[in-house]
Amino acid sequence: MTSILQWAVARNGTPLARSDIPLLDGETFRDSIVDAVADDGKVAALFGHRTEGDASVDLYAVLACRDAAVLRVARTRVNGTGFPSLTPRCTQVHLFEREIAEGFDLIPEGHPWLKPVRFLRTGSSAPLIGVTNYYRVEGEEVHEVAVGPVHAGVIEPGHFRFQCHGEQVFHLEISLGYQHRGVERAIVSGLPLRAIHYMETLAGDTTIGHATAYCQALEGLCGCAVPARAQILRGIALELERLANHTGDLGALAGDVGFLPTASYCGRLRGDFLNMTAILCGNRFGRGLIRPGGVGYDLDAKSVSDLRDRLALALRDVGNAVQLLWNSPSVMSRFSETGRVSLETCRQLGMVGPAARASGMEADVRQDFPSGIFRFAQIPVSTGAEGDVFERAHIRWMEIQRSGEFILEQLKMLAEGSIRVDPASVAGDSLVVSLVEAWRGAVCHVGLTDSAGRWSAYKVVDPSFFNWTGLAMALRNQQISDFPLCNKSFNLSYCGHDL
Amino acid sequence: MRDVGIHILLLLLLPPLLPGVIGKTKAFFAGRVGPPLLQPYYDILKLMRKGSVFSVTTTWVFCAGPVVGLATALLAGLLVPFGGHRAPLSFPGDMILFAYLFALGRFFTAAAALDTGSAFEGMGAARELTFACLAEPALLFGMLVLAKLSDSLSLTGMLAGGYPLELGVTAPALVLVAASLFLVLLAENSRIPFDDPNTHLELTMIHEVMVLDHSGPAFGLIEYGATMKLMVTGAVWLRVAMPNAAADSWLGWILFLAGLLGLAVVIGVVESVMARFRMVVVPTFLVAACLLSAFGMVLLVR
Repeated sequence: MTSILQWAVARNGTPLARSDIPLLDGETFRDSIVDAVADDGKVAALFGHRTEGDASVDLYAVLACRDAAVLRVARTRVNGTGFPSLTPRCTQVHLFEREIAEGFDLIPEGHPWLKPVRFLRTGSSAPLIGVTNYYRVEGEEVHEVAVGPVHAGVIEPGHFRFQCHGEQVFHLEISLGYQHRGVERAIVSGLPLRAIHYMETLAGDTTIGHATAYCQALEGLCGCAVPARAQILRGIALELERLANHTGDLGALAGDVGFLPTASYCGRLRGDFLNMTAILCGNRFGRGLIRPGGVGYDLDAKSVSDLRDRLALALRDVGNAVQLLWNSPSVMSRFSETGRVSLETCRQLGMVGPAARASGMEADVRQDFPSGIFRFAQIPVSTGAEGDVFERAHIRWMEIQRSGEFILEQLKMLAEGSIRVDPASVAGDSLVVSLVEAWRGAVCHVGLTDSAGRWSAYKVVDPSFFNWTGLAMALRNQQISDFPLCNKSFNLSYCGHDL
Repeated sequence: MRDVGIHILLLLLLPPLLPGVIGKTKAFFAGRVGPPLLQPYYDILKLMRKGSVFSVTTTWVFCAGPVVGLATALLAGLLVPFGGHRAPLSFPGDMILFAYLFALGRFFTAAAALDTGSAFEGMGAARELTFACLAEPALLFGMLVLAKLSDSLSLTGMLAGGYPLELGVTAPALVLVAASLFLVLLAENSRIPFDDPNTHLELTMIHEVMVLDHSGPAFGLIEYGATMKLMVTGAVWLRVAMPNAAADSWLGWILFLAGLLGLAVVIGVVESVMARFRMVVVPTFLVAACLLSAFGMVLLVR
């Protein structure tokens, strides 16, 4: 327990000099991660960084310790071709280690399921995406169903392997990587001015979330204070994004069980919320709104009242449409007890966002590591208990109400003043961690600068990265025909995972 | 002769209108304009003009599926009296043929699905046949009740004549059979709450997933056959629900048409106000349908 105290303490969006980050030996590094996770901590990021011309790789870990409300950072150095895997002791890092193995040709020795995450083309090896060994259940009566990467609907590509006994699913394995574009690499090696555009398109439905996380990181390194008005506008945009997506999800959940009224109303209302984001900046997904140093567009008094009227109207309509769901026994019988994820599993996998809160995990970056407007305006955290499809739907409805109240409140007392300051020069040799509670869960960006203040490493962790495994666990011993419903109740991003 | 002509004309031309009416009803509940009433006709015509793709792993069974499906629906349509009019084909025991024509169509659809070797289609075929095992007894029990009521073993005798309604015995039996056959109708035609014909999710579909690999004219035949099956089962149900509606006149035809369109609206309403069942409870409801018919029988023979 003492080893965790050797770790450097960081705040959300506040930089840390690289020299302040302790270099631990592998043993202490791993032990302290296991201890921190046992103490309800969470591995927010674990990534490798190889300094130019260096043989060794530095592994950086960021722990989010909710009880102490601090982020802890440390690193360890790996020489040679591998390191002892931490996964058997701490499941949360299983994908991070696979990522490191793929990116740096290091072998996490003892990793129980070591295979590519994104099928990177590195040097000589050019693996075909999705061509790999899958977990198989043997037996006469067991059959395998392979779905994707091309799906019957217009959705992103991903491959799903079910091991079934009749209609019952024994195991589901999800293999992604089809959407890998190399965003992290592009941030480091590309033109600095392009970075914000990469962020906005990293996962299209989380434009505000990722752009805010990036700007927060950059502003932390520059030490610039974002004007209050800009902070509020960012908060409003973030909550509007949540409203639009949660509403769309509730509609899609209704559509999946063939419940027509809510499906059609929520489909339209999602558009209404997107249009409100367009009032802020002219783009329905909020592109061009979040800019380093503030926001790109101001809101005049007329737009404020327009936004308030539209929001009140849309919230009322969403309420009506969603009540239909809760009042239909046929819908409730489909939702409840389908795709249950226990709190224990949530903790083990480090799940985030509404999916984790539905299982009773009271984790919300807006409360635990607040930044921007959320330091001043508290949004109550909504949690459930059962962790089934119903809870995941109900959490969304509760968050819709809380976000609606928040926006209406903020619009009442919009601070005056400028909306953007010029970021100064970026601090060199620093590390910054930036967390934002996007609609799908915590978005974590970690930036590492070199002595000239350029990015030498940039790590993005989308909430989907953790939650895809949660979906796979939710399907255990479920009916295969309930997969689309479970999938929709998580509604995860393929491109956010694949980066 | 005139009635036979009208019967065949209706059987050939009317079916695609029913899903059109269902679609409009659902659109109304969803607050949308919805596709045109005649959209199913356009869709079928469009499919007929398209080319086909046949997987190299398939055999003649794959092509036989759609053809047999349509042929059996057409033949079944000739056995069922529309309105109060005699059916064009009728002989004692044709109710057995009627039930097994559907079984034959189903057998070939499932065989065509299995012929592709796709995991989805195999799953769909397994589901369809499992549910059919339970829907068939419900249908046959219902037929038995009607046979007992009318002392006839042909569909025309059972459905065209009308019955003396006694409040104590025959009316309740008919109500039970009507309820049972309505469930069978929804299940047989893959409507909500048993199946969702609009879903694009291959893992949840029952009927639709079996025909995923069919394309062009073959798929057009399947669609056409499915609408015809809806009309034929609808016609049976209508006669059970209103057995004494005017027989043998123009009024009979008008009532028949109005009844069918009304039934389509009712199906649309059902689809608009409730969600699909979880697949594991579907058998429970089909067993309930069997029991309803069986109780109808008990009422008659006690």
